[in-house]
Amino acid sequence: MTAATVLSWVLVTSQICLVSALVLAGMRAIRGPRAQDRVTGLDTMYVCAMLLMVVTGMRQGTHFLFEAALVIGTLGFVATTAMAKFLMRGEVIE
Amino acid sequence: MTMVPHPLVSFVIAVLWLILTGVTPGQMVLAVLVGLVAGAAFGKLTAERVRVRRPGLMLLLVGRVFLDIIRSNYQVAGLILTDARGRRRRSGFVRITLDLTNRNALAMLAIIITSTPGTAWIELDPDDNGLLLHVFDLKHDQDWSRVIKTRYEPLLMEIFR
Amino acid sequence: MTHLEQLPPSVAIIVAVLVAVGSVLTLIGALGLIRLGNFYDRLHAPTLGTSWGAGGILLGSVIMFSTLGSRLVVPELFLGLMMLVTTPVTLMVLGRAALHRDRAEGRIPHDPSGPAG
Repeated sequence: MTAATVLSWVLVTSQICLVSALVLAGMRAIRGPRAQDRVTGLDTMYVCAMLLMVVTGMRQGTHFLFEAALVIGTLGFVATTAMAKFLMRGEVIE
Repeated sequence: MTMVPHPLVSFVIAVLWLILTGVTPGQMVLAVLVGLVAGAAFGKLTAERVRVRRPGLMLLLVGRVFLDIIRSNYQVAGLILTDARGRRRRSGFVRITLDLTNRNALAMLAIIITSTPGTAWIELDPDDNGLLLHVFDLKHDQDWSRVIKTRYEPLLMEIFR
Repeated sequence: MTHLEQLPPSVAIIVAVLVAVGSVLTLIGALGLIRLGNFYDRLHAPTLGTSWGAGGILLGSVIMFSTLGSRLVVPELFLGLMMLVTTPVTLMVLGRAALHRDRAEGRIPHDPSGPAG
């Protein structure tokens, strides 16, 4: 077994781990129970999707998916912060 | 008002622009322009100028945070796997009164505390400068307030005086 | 998988270890998000993924592409820096929002002023 085979197996396993993490975070986003739990789940989903892009790019040997990861990261930050701000100002206290 | 109100910010943004686009003469001109505009915009946003007095101590701080993050990653990962329901572990809020008042130093402390797994910055009370933390494993309750008080706060005070 | 075979074996092993550590930590973080009992505990779980989870994977990517292209590839460091700065902001705002809502509804999980229990 060469080092390249080990690395390719590790990359596949890592993709599986990240997809599982994405699913678990999605379960938290669906299950709740409160709005802040859903937002935390969504934020973790963004992070997992971003890392999945990076690992997929490593597996395919391209650097193009990196831009996608950058966009996902930026959008995730803006979206989560906006939602958290809305939770603070939006519905409980008018 | 000088031509370059925030030289460090402008420089960092220009360098990042070049890293993301590639170094060609045209992009270099664009990077300088973007850096200048972003620096001017940044000047409109912030009330306080960032003054780093001791860049050498900054490296020490980064090294400390790096080690602490590795250690608490290991601890929190172990606790999640072995004791998720919290039978042997107690989590809860801790309140610490800070002596730090510089806004940039507080922002830095917030980044350090939140990016270390196991502690989360919840709220800073502006009246008495009391910081509300949530700690994942309270068995070492005293430990955490001592870590912040002795490991980070004096260093930050020294850096942003 | 030709590009993986171009890597020197020692570098391939280092990259493999970094990526494995990173993705396993991210998975543990997500597992914590689903297993932990209350919101404030769960707030700690994603930091595993964003500190060394992301750090390991991005570092592995930097090492791999730098070795393949025989020049230093740094955009990943930019992504890592961005995560380092943005995640605390997100979690801090979320924590404050949660505390704010709990206070407004009159249910605070533990007494923040005294020794919590």
